[in-house]
Amino acid sequence: MATTETTAAGIGPVEGGSVYCVDNPAPFIEPPRLRTKKTPRSTRGNFEMGAWLFMRLSGVVLVVLVLGHLLIQLVLDGGVSKIGFAFVAGRWASPFWQVWDLLMLWLAMLHGANGLRTVINDYAERANTRLWLKGLLYTATVFTILLGTLVIFTFDPNIR
Amino acid sequence: MPAGTLYRGREGMWSWVAHRVTGVLIFFFLFVHVLDTALVRVSPEDYDKVVATYKTPVVALLEYGLVAAILFHALNGLRVIAVDFWSKGPRYQKQMLWSVVGLWLLLMLGAIYPVLGHAARELFGS
Repeated sequence: MATTETTAAGIGPVEGGSVYCVDNPAPFIEPPRLRTKKTPRSTRGNFEMGAWLFMRLSGVVLVVLVLGHLLIQLVLDGGVSKIGFAFVAGRWASPFWQVWDLLMLWLAMLHGANGLRTVINDYAERANTRLWLKGLLYTATVFTILLGTLVIFTFDPNIR
Repeated sequence: MPAGTLYRGREGMWSWVAHRVTGVLIFFFLFVHVLDTALVRVSPEDYDKVVATYKTPVVALLEYGLVAAILFHALNGLRVIAVDFWSKGPRYQKQMLWSVVGLWLLLMLGAIYPVLGHAARELFGS
């Protein structure tokens, strides 16, 4: 539907020459999401866009944090064989590794929770099923984040 | 299968499926991993006892699988970001997928000795 208040910006020339001319003008297609003064204000907010962006930003940071973690725990210095209470105590003596692990815990849990939220939205067709699955997901996520945070902050190398 | 979805059955779809499957697996492992690490607040002996099971040959194989899932999810995640934010990303998505698979294979070959070496020594003697 052609309107006079907008121009045909965004419609590029057709590859291999245009079939349209003055006598046969191209139909004008209004941009689907053009916002005008008459467009009602969105009442939904930008949560999904924020979640989408968070997945990409946290993803980049997690690539560094998690691959570094794997390198230290599973590859360097004897791999998994060296891991034990003493090894953990040695690393958490440094604030650098405490912050590293804390950031990794929060980002990975939120990244994973949002991913699973998407999976639930995709496959659970009944509203009630979605509600329960997401309730379970959020409960487990909050519990795990709080537990992990508590462990990092209250770690005591002289526990015994 | 949910109605009204489009499964196109090519590289794009299968990489998406693999990204989902590896993501869910990694997330479930993460729950267990936070719980096992929380044992350092219980006692050094309990923590070391649980970590000792992580050093057995069977779990070493599972660790290799975990590394496989994480490496694919990480590399393909970077590809997804490139598809979304790089103007030529969608055009090169297939080439990027095969680069991801190639790099993944290379890294998985490199991870054999560090991740599985101790299991092989235990099974076959050193």
